[in-house]
Amino acid sequence: MTSDAPDTSRTSQRNLRNAGNTGPGGAEVIHQSNIKGSSSRSSSASASAEARSGRTPSPNLPVAVPRVDSPPVNDPRRSDVDEWGRSEHLRSVARRLYGPLYRRWFRVEWEGLEKIPKTGGALLVANHAGAIPSDAPAIMHGIEEELGRPVYGMADYFFRKVPVVGTLWSRAGGVAAHPDNAYRLLHDQGQLSLVFPEGTKGPSKSYADRYRLRRFGRGGFVEIAMRSGVPVIPIAVVGAEESMPILFRMNGLAKVLKLPYFPVTANDLAFGPLLGKVAYFPAKIKIRVLDPVTFDVDPGLERYSKSRVMDEAEHIRAKLQDTLHDMLRERRSVWFG
Amino acid sequence: MAQALEADPNVEMILGLGTDEPKVPLERTEFVRADQTYSILNRIVRATQVDTIVHTFLKTNSVGISSRVLHEINVIGTLNLLAAAGAPGTSVRQVVVKSSTHVYGASEKDPTWFREETGRNAPVRTRLERSLIEVEALVRDFIMDNPQFVVSVLRFAHVLGTDIETPITADLRRRLLPCIAGFDPLVQFVEEDDVVRALEHVTRHRIPGIFNVAGAGKLPWSEVASIAGAFLFPLPPINPRSFARPFRLLGLIQFPVEMESLLRFGRGVDTSRLIETGFAYRYSSAGAVESLAQANNLRRAVGDNQPTYRYEQDVEQFFQHSPAVVRGVDG
Repeated sequence: MTSDAPDTSRTSQRNLRNAGNTGPGGAEVIHQSNIKGSSSRSSSASASAEARSGRTPSPNLPVAVPRVDSPPVNDPRRSDVDEWGRSEHLRSVARRLYGPLYRRWFRVEWEGLEKIPKTGGALLVANHAGAIPSDAPAIMHGIEEELGRPVYGMADYFFRKVPVVGTLWSRAGGVAAHPDNAYRLLHDQGQLSLVFPEGTKGPSKSYADRYRLRRFGRGGFVEIAMRSGVPVIPIAVVGAEESMPILFRMNGLAKVLKLPYFPVTANDLAFGPLLGKVAYFPAKIKIRVLDPVTFDVDPGLERYSKSRVMDEAEHIRAKLQDTLHDMLRERRSVWFG
Repeated sequence: MAQALEADPNVEMILGLGTDEPKVPLERTEFVRADQTYSILNRIVRATQVDTIVHTFLKTNSVGISSRVLHEINVIGTLNLLAAAGAPGTSVRQVVVKSSTHVYGASEKDPTWFREETGRNAPVRTRLERSLIEVEALVRDFIMDNPQFVVSVLRFAHVLGTDIETPITADLRRRLLPCIAGFDPLVQFVEEDDVVRALEHVTRHRIPGIFNVAGAGKLPWSEVASIAGAFLFPLPPINPRSFARPFRLLGLIQFPVEMESLLRFGRGVDTSRLIETGFAYRYSSAGAVESLAQANNLRRAVGDNQPTYRYEQDVEQFFQHSPAVVRGVDG
């Protein structure tokens, strides 16, 4: 199976190390001729060092010993797809295609973009709207163009089941919303990640309920931010609701197709049922970034006080709702802002 | 594995147990043929007073094997093995089990990286996964009943290498890699040398616990094909198994049932726990693919390496076992 030579050298190195480091311990390892070892199919016995000396199993490990025998691992990657499935190349193609839509169709305007940090992790939390939400790409595009740093959009895992769409979404920076994924992105990698705590309840609400924030899940996003030790940055988006308003939902069809919801939109009436799924109305999108919310708790804990989490989530939701109302008060036209 | 252990002078005796003859030259290992459920193991353990059992015999793919045989080998085999190890007055103090990352399944709800304690999301649909999960449950019970044992469970990602035959290595050798149209999952591999080294590492250092073993990084399935110079063979997203059936019967591709969800959602495991114990991988996931691709290229150019060791092995057998050899003179 494996070539003998490197293993032999490894072994002798280890023994030298043992002899050098542990003195009598090294000798112990050598006087083992009366111990029998064996196994099924193969195996061994470096035997009993731990039983005789009463140590925990680990001191035998080459702890803190520089590994001279591990050459740099050759990693012959051919694509730039990262562990999240994101490809910067595809992402830049997507940005080039989406750019004109962002500038000329939605005429996206930002306010308070400077509140988003240029380095380090932060959890972006926004309201979610439009049958097929137009807010996520607008937020991701804007931040990536202006700040030059990637944004990972957390979405319902339902996406991953859809052929082509799921793969494209993942290559374009979408990540399945899982607490472990969020923690790794925010804490370990210091990335920006965008979540919509309303989940599918946001985009599936009908036009009559526009700009009324749904329940913010179970406050999981607050817990993730606490655990990762990053601020939550609420983002209020106005305009996405009108870009694809839902008239009603066909729940039976959604069940048959195993979709979270099946909307019938004004766009369907205007452009037909196929084109209407991709053609947005040219509503003016305005995005306002609120002040970052930080939590005065120790990061890295397994659990946090549920009441504290729910309070903070409700607090953020209320602030976002107030901001939406302010923005709507100031808005004079759906189409021109 | 046995070769790696033979190189260690501290190991006094190695005993192999399996249903087939070993395929590599072994100098010091004694080999015993056994049936697939290890029913003989109890007697062997008592007779030889071994102190470590490395259980590498679990089936981790379901190609060409009936579900009954799979159950016999994986579940009953492990049951007998653990029973032998835990028998009263046993000399065994360490058990190492080679499992698979198939125990995590693959589903859309999965995290990008599974840690050892992360639960599984996908429903257990295939008999292979069911048997592996049952095996791990047996091992867990064993640990609870016998806390004095050093028990290590290594969950290996898909193993690549020239000496091992898995559905993926077979597909890569034929340069035709099945995929599900519209999906390009991220997958992880581990090179067979790293498999052996990981087993050796936990055995030698007596490290208890459950460990994921996989090369660093994940790569898209399409990139696997491109590194290996293979063509992708797209199957329809709806019912790919029945579409693939004629091609499987013709032997063009292998597409066992446990691959289906993998080819949709992929799988990644976090290997930091094993690395923290001092283990260093020689191959990344992509490196494992490339190394196999190069070996396959060589094989295509010069044909299969003829086994050249038979003669030495026979001589060795003669020295070890023949009554004609005068013991104690030379070594």
